[in-house]
Amino acid sequence: MTSHETYLLNRSKLADSHTLEVARADGAYGALRKVFETSMSPEDVVEEVKKSGLRGRGGAGFPTGLKWSFMPNHESDTRNRYMAVNADESEPGTCKDRVLLREDPHCLIEGCLIAAFAMRLDAVYVYVRGEYRLPYDRMQAALDEARAAGIIGDDVLGSGFSCEIHMHKGAGAYICGEETGLMESLEGKRGHPRPKPPFPAGFGLWGQPTTVNNVESIFNVPFILDRGADWFRTLGTESSPGNFLCGISGHVERPGVYEVPLGISARAIVEDLAGGIWKGRALKAWFPGGSSTGVLPADTLDTPMDHDSVKAAGSMFGTGAMIILDETASVVRSALVLARFYEHESCGQCSQCREGTEWLEQITDRMLSGQGKAGDVELLADLSNGMTPGKTICALSDAAAIPMLAALKHFRGEFEACIPTTAEAPV
Amino acid sequence: MALTDALKAEFDELCKKYPERRAGLIPALHRCQEELGGWLSPETITDCAEYFELEPVEVYSVASFYPMFFLSPVGQHVVSVCRNISCDLRGASEITKAAKEHTGAECGKSSEDGHFYLEEVECQGACTNAPMMVVDGKYHEDLEPADVARILGETR
Repeated sequence: MTSHETYLLNRSKLADSHTLEVARADGAYGALRKVFETSMSPEDVVEEVKKSGLRGRGGAGFPTGLKWSFMPNHESDTRNRYMAVNADESEPGTCKDRVLLREDPHCLIEGCLIAAFAMRLDAVYVYVRGEYRLPYDRMQAALDEARAAGIIGDDVLGSGFSCEIHMHKGAGAYICGEETGLMESLEGKRGHPRPKPPFPAGFGLWGQPTTVNNVESIFNVPFILDRGADWFRTLGTESSPGNFLCGISGHVERPGVYEVPLGISARAIVEDLAGGIWKGRALKAWFPGGSSTGVLPADTLDTPMDHDSVKAAGSMFGTGAMIILDETASVVRSALVLARFYEHESCGQCSQCREGTEWLEQITDRMLSGQGKAGDVELLADLSNGMTPGKTICALSDAAAIPMLAALKHFRGEFEACIPTTAEAPV
Repeated sequence: MALTDALKAEFDELCKKYPERRAGLIPALHRCQEELGGWLSPETITDCAEYFELEPVEVYSVASFYPMFFLSPVGQHVVSVCRNISCDLRGASEITKAAKEHTGAECGKSSEDGHFYLEEVECQGACTNAPMMVVDGKYHEDLEPADVARILGETR
């Protein structure tokens, strides 16, 4: 059994961990107090987060401290400043943030306040996907408790620093997890991603400087400030420090959200934590970090789960949400399920994505229903290559094309087997 | 249905969270759907437009973008079965089949008696507890097909 230091989920194991009383008894808001009591400057806080090497947990793995440092100088740019916390968790396979929102909202609030102090923010908006009712209600209740206790609002903990944190409810669109789509949605519009540049730090919410961070990224911040960047770097790997929440789903005996250090082998997660492939079967394929990361064959399961190693194995770390397919699963069916998803979620602005996702769905659908045509496999590859890389406003098009290309690369025979030998060439 | 004074008062408070009132639109549409018959009628859209000082078509444009909003009437109890990958791998199609049998509704339709509306939805973010369905906003996870009739029966 794997044994390693944990911190992200420790409090969650306490009864009523979501209440202020229990969270405080467990040390919540201690890191925030430490920031104030040791007279750290906002710049010191940014520097500590930079030094920790924390990488964003929402999918791209961008260094959090570096992102914070992109916010403009507050003296030369006096506009209002915002952070949006991305809790629009909707990458298939991913369900870690809901655990944090539901079980330990005060840690997220503490992280938001530290981030707000560091970036001199006026307000923080926590954008929660509309379906997450219980997580939303828990966060709202925690905010109400914290406000009553003088922890948010004016003069936080008597420090002279003030910041508001507001909850905001989305309405079920995957694209609003893309940071500029999220901002448009938060402004009360369709969630259409914006062309970049300008980047959010210069032109974000309501045209003001804004940083968008994932829930789990912000959740790490109090621990980094409390225990120090050097401690944080004792966990994980050199280029991907810390622990992460691995949600493992699909064909394993014990699916769940597990806290593990970055760099742990995927095999250790599957076999030791998740109890192995279900029903005594063998592994066929796995997605390392959500549905947008390329599927990998079974012989790559010794890959360490960190950004660089998964990339070297030919995929992406993504959200760290592993999806497991056993030997009986159909990769073509999974390709259809995902193609249908991306078709449903495409916002429609870019033709490559709008049309491409629809074609991918239609072709995989006809292949699975025995109507495949000669040349369909090549057509899928050709279409996918027309959708990536970087050909559209946002990365949804890439997210649809990448898993398709990976499936074709590693499991081409399964796709070819769907084409009847008598099939005619497409018209 | 028309926007009530109580909802307008609630929206006045809601909009204080934002530097621009329009940011309150999507949360407001949620509240309208909850309070005004389970869907966003043309009258509700028009009233919201007036409240937010927008054209009705702008509100319609926003509402129609988001899968959680209904722009035509739906059955009294909304049943949403996840069909995405983690649920699909663990038997979501059997859950959908059981839900169809119990409700008598096809996906995307309401039952004849108007008691249920059944839909297949994309990932709901409960992947480690697949398969799952949502009934009137409440998550039901780690489902077996046999659980479906019991859970849906509780709405009667």
